[in-house]
Amino acid sequence: MEFERDLHLDATELRLGLPGTATKQSSEKQKPISNLAKSNKRSLPDMNEESAGSSRESSRTVSSNDKKSHDQETAPPIKAQVVGWPPIRSYRKNCLQAKKLEAEAAGLYVKVSMDGAPYLRKIDLKVYNGYPELLKALEEMFKFKAGKYSEREGYNGSEHVPTYEDKDGDWMLVGDVPWDMFISSCKRLRIMKESEARGLGCAV
Amino acid sequence: MILAQTRTYTTGSGPGPGPSSSSVLEYLAPCPDQVLENVLENVLWFLTSRKDRNAASLVCRSWYRVEALTRSDLFIGNCYAVSPKRATSRFTRIRSVTLKGRPRFADFNLMPPNWGAHLAPWVSAMALTYPWLEKVHLKRMSVTDDDLALLAESFSGFKELVLVCCDGFGTSGLAIVASRCRQLKVLDLIESEVSDDDVDWISYFPDTGTCLESLIFDCVECPIDFDALERLVANSPSLKKLRLNRHVSMGQLHRLMVQAPRLTHLGTGSFSPSEDVAQGEQGPDYVSAFAACKSIVCLSGFREIIPDYLPAINPVCANLTSLNFSYANVSAEHLKPIISNCHKLQIFWVLDSICDEGLQAVAATCKELRELRVFPFEAREDIEGPVSEVGLQAVSEGCRKLESILYFCQRMTNAAVVAMSKNCPDLVVFRLCIMGRHRPDHVTGEPMDEGFGAIVMNCKKLTRLAVSGLLTDRAFAYIGKYGKIVRTLSVAFAGDSDMGLKYVLEGCPRLQKLEIRDSPFGDAALLSGLHHYYNMRFLWMSACNLSNQGCQQIAQALPRLVVEVIKHEDNLDMDENVDTLYMYRSLEGPRDDVPRFVSIL
Repeated sequence: MEFERDLHLDATELRLGLPGTATKQSSEKQKPISNLAKSNKRSLPDMNEESAGSSRESSRTVSSNDKKSHDQETAPPIKAQVVGWPPIRSYRKNCLQAKKLEAEAAGLYVKVSMDGAPYLRKIDLKVYNGYPELLKALEEMFKFKAGKYSEREGYNGSEHVPTYEDKDGDWMLVGDVPWDMFISSCKRLRIMKESEARGLGCAV
Repeated sequence: MILAQTRTYTTGSGPGPGPSSSSVLEYLAPCPDQVLENVLENVLWFLTSRKDRNAASLVCRSWYRVEALTRSDLFIGNCYAVSPKRATSRFTRIRSVTLKGRPRFADFNLMPPNWGAHLAPWVSAMALTYPWLEKVHLKRMSVTDDDLALLAESFSGFKELVLVCCDGFGTSGLAIVASRCRQLKVLDLIESEVSDDDVDWISYFPDTGTCLESLIFDCVECPIDFDALERLVANSPSLKKLRLNRHVSMGQLHRLMVQAPRLTHLGTGSFSPSEDVAQGEQGPDYVSAFAACKSIVCLSGFREIIPDYLPAINPVCANLTSLNFSYANVSAEHLKPIISNCHKLQIFWVLDSICDEGLQAVAATCKELRELRVFPFEAREDIEGPVSEVGLQAVSEGCRKLESILYFCQRMTNAAVVAMSKNCPDLVVFRLCIMGRHRPDHVTGEPMDEGFGAIVMNCKKLTRLAVSGLLTDRAFAYIGKYGKIVRTLSVAFAGDSDMGLKYVLEGCPRLQKLEIRDSPFGDAALLSGLHHYYNMRFLWMSACNLSNQGCQQIAQALPRLVVEVIKHEDNLDMDENVDTLYMYRSLEGPRDDVPRFVSIL
């Protein structure tokens, strides 16, 4: 789905912790990216020597393994866009930019916390088509396994359980109500420790 | 053609009987030279190809003269290569002029604004010499409202105005053209920047009717008076091509389609209902409207598409040869039911929002596809990206007749590119943009050399190539070795050393247009192309390793080359490094409209 790309939009994520942990995840997910460190030097096209120099270096010494370890050590990805790259005409960029902003604005952002994690995240529920996608995203984001969900028993076989606070202020188990109902009633998400979640059962 | 001339016979001039001296008015036997010229003139009228005409003009003076008299289409690939005066003096019977101005990299903000390419001197010269001018096609030129006014006033039979990637004018200029060019058949504004002068230009077309056959204004960002547009369409019985801007809603589109069922090319505007349409209200029958337009072969627009409305176009899909979804954020799901009917599709422009899955659907149905362009919805480097080598591979397997491809992606493999080189032997244009700079094959970690190498090796008809990803000098060695008919080459963030550029300059005899950015090529490489620069239209090199000294050497060695060094406006001190080099052959020497950030060596 095209919205999966929004997973990587760091700009909209609410973080209370230091940057670094989050970005490690995103850079690991990506295939070997080119020299993130290099992009520091490359943001202005008139820095001829530097950029040309580093490109020469990189193409001689780099191999896929080098790149992978390089990525993991680097600072958060540099957001500075290089002038005129990728080569898309401004007219086209502007047309699509407007669309993107519209799409983002229409999102349904909720905070997600996990017991034991130092900071919160924010996700756009509109991006997901259903529970499996949402759970997968949460699992990747917070590095846990939710276990198997069943209506009768909730989440089986895991230390963590995804829950949410609904419009009435009640804490519910994620997955109990139909997806559309969930989307419209979910105010925030919390990934609880299994021991704490015992009290939650089928809401219906 | 001169049929009669006075001749004087002198004694003993020929083998004829008896000496006599008399003036005879000869009607049917002009001299041999004149015969030749007459024949030539008659024959050369039919010669349309520019290349053939250029060749003919070189045969001898007589042929040069006659060719100049019989040429009706003037094509100037670089407006600074020749002056308006020189061009209009040589060719006196021109009906159609094509002018190209700025280099392509200027589109990507690599050149400060106001660099040049002004239409003004051209339109002034043509106003004097070409009263019968009918067509003007401009690309990347700066056109002012005054220029448009002069154009509208000077050419009473003016029929066709096409402005591609132009700027400098506004709706007031358009209004003048609309009202004064009574023979206007074509007004095509394509990807041009049009300023909003608050003038309702559409209403300036004559109420009594127009001969308009094509009206393309999808790039005009200003709102228009819809009633005026509706009247115009109703008054234009010959209208075949209509591309609306995004201010036209679906409801309005419907009304227009009802007025013009004979359209062949339709740009649908926003393709969403206007805001004041209540939800759930019974809207117009879009499907019937499309069904009634039996001649539509080209569909575009969809600027603010509501995907639910997409099925309305189903009735025309089977006949479509060209479909442009490149402004429509459409998913694979939305695309599949539509594309599965487009068996005749030859040209398809789309956003990568359709993902590899969407491309697979295209490959499954569109067996006649000749041109594919996949644009990125998000033009950034640091994201996952929805299309990849998977999509490219699928297209190569399904669309064997492919001739032209432009593909933006975040990741690619050599294998997929090699596959395309083998599956699509008719490729003429191959432009792959891996958006992450210096990105290697994401499966093997290798540079993309082998992929592009295979393209130049296997695609024997390839004339245009754009490379990207991690590339070493080896890639350029391949291009130099196999790219014998390559005319246009675009390079960005590639190569290791001067050798890369040398391979290309020494190996590609047909190279006309070379644009390079952010690559480690220096003066030595530049000098290796001295033998070839007069055969090229231009060379662009920005953020490479060039110095003023190196560029000076070129300028001194090749006096007919204009060597422009362009500084970025925030860096105007003259240091040794050359930010941007733009050089081109010219008969005129340095131009007289040089802005302060350009120095001509």
